[in-house]
Amino acid sequence: MEHTVVSASKFNAWFGDNHVVKDVSIKIEKNQVIAVMGPSGCGKTTFLRCINRMHELIPGATAKGSLKLYADEIYTMNPIYVRYKIGMVFQRPNPFPNLSIYDNVVAGYKLNGLKVAKAEMDNIVEKSLTSAALWNEVKDSLHKKGTFLSGGQQQRLCIARAIAMEPEVILFDEPTSALDPISTSSVEQLFHELKANYTLIIVTHNMQQAARVSDKTAFFYLGELVEFDETKQMFTAPKDNRTQNYITGRFS
Amino acid sequence: MVKFNLKYQEMTPLENEITTLKKELVSMWILVQSQLNKAKEAMIQFDKDLAREVLVKEKRVNSFELKIDRDCENIFALYCPVAIDLRFLLAALKINTNLERIGDIAAGIALYVVESSVNFDVKALESTSIIRMYEEAVNILIDTRTAFEKEDTVLARSIFKRDDVLDAINVNAPASIGEVIKADINSMPEALYMLSIIRKLERVGDQSKNIAEEIIFYVEAKILKHYESSNRKIEGED
Repeated sequence: MEHTVVSASKFNAWFGDNHVVKDVSIKIEKNQVIAVMGPSGCGKTTFLRCINRMHELIPGATAKGSLKLYADEIYTMNPIYVRYKIGMVFQRPNPFPNLSIYDNVVAGYKLNGLKVAKAEMDNIVEKSLTSAALWNEVKDSLHKKGTFLSGGQQQRLCIARAIAMEPEVILFDEPTSALDPISTSSVEQLFHELKANYTLIIVTHNMQQAARVSDKTAFFYLGELVEFDETKQMFTAPKDNRTQNYITGRFS
Repeated sequence: MVKFNLKYQEMTPLENEITTLKKELVSMWILVQSQLNKAKEAMIQFDKDLAREVLVKEKRVNSFELKIDRDCENIFALYCPVAIDLRFLLAALKINTNLERIGDIAAGIALYVVESSVNFDVKALESTSIIRMYEEAVNILIDTRTAFEKEDTVLARSIFKRDDVLDAINVNAPASIGEVIKADINSMPEALYMLSIIRKLERVGDQSKNIAEEIIFYVEAKILKHYESSNRKIEGED
């Protein structure tokens, strides 16, 4: 179905013998912000990394079951193509330290040897930085190193780098945990703007952030997807006791 | 494999706050119940001193209301409660308001006793079913408190039906009060006070019903407010 961007059906992932993601079935709809939460080690980040085939980069990692981008099985697609279509932003801002802001934005094109005309490249840089709410702050210093920016700006630069490849989905792994409250707020504001064009899946330990930014929330526990529902429902009347105990802080 | 050592904590700070808030609400409940009982005794015994005591203690009910409101506000601001904790706080705010209004009703009845120049005829209080109505209203209030303390939604649901008894006496009030006036035209002033008391006791039933709805909301996350009364009766029978 066109409306479902990412779907999993009885999806499992292992690190060697360690069964980390267990029989996860989920449907993620287009232009939604999905928050993924759960205690440390519950499999949420592994599941996120499976979505763009980052999981398999670790030796001994295996996966089984169905995981689709629209109708295509992600695990039979070319992993490079998967990562064009499903971008990722990590916990710590990680712009390429030796590249300028401009080159950071178009790194995906350059590193993959994609030939793009200069004018079009300029257009991609402006559009991506504008979408990442960074253009006005850096338009006069595009050729300075990305690492000169503040932490929050660097994270938005990483978001611009992901956007530049025109993905369908952007994965965020605790994207604001290394940022101060002002930078966190600007990234959260960005989520609201980005969802008009992209589907966002955000792993977060900050439950208030999950409540603030997401349309739907998934709660993982011991590798299982315990509950996946509208965020409003999850934070007012969760159906599963494990979800309630987690979000009310009754688990240690 | 990462071993998940999932155990329940003793009590989180939020749980401690909620437990304290719950105790405060119960204390307010006991005070309101006592106010209602004292107003009843003042009415039956025509004891103006006891009635004045109710009026003085009304200030304590009001103080409770302000304190509980402020405590809820602080918990919202400091702990960002969610799920059952959020529902409890929302319910606590509304229960607080309802209890304060029942406190007002007790004070209102006490004021009639203070204002009335002649005592209420006990026979008339019985023939108009005011005493029976009063006892039922107090019992309903006691049971809503028990339902709240024990998180007993079956008991909370039983309140809806019992409020019907109060409603029936209220509906019949013009006729029964009319009989009192017919029997002795000079009793008109106290008969009108009695009619007002019946109207107030009917409100105690309504407030208790509101409280019962809040208990069900907080425990089961079900909203029964503005539910069709026929549906509610079916629910109550379950």
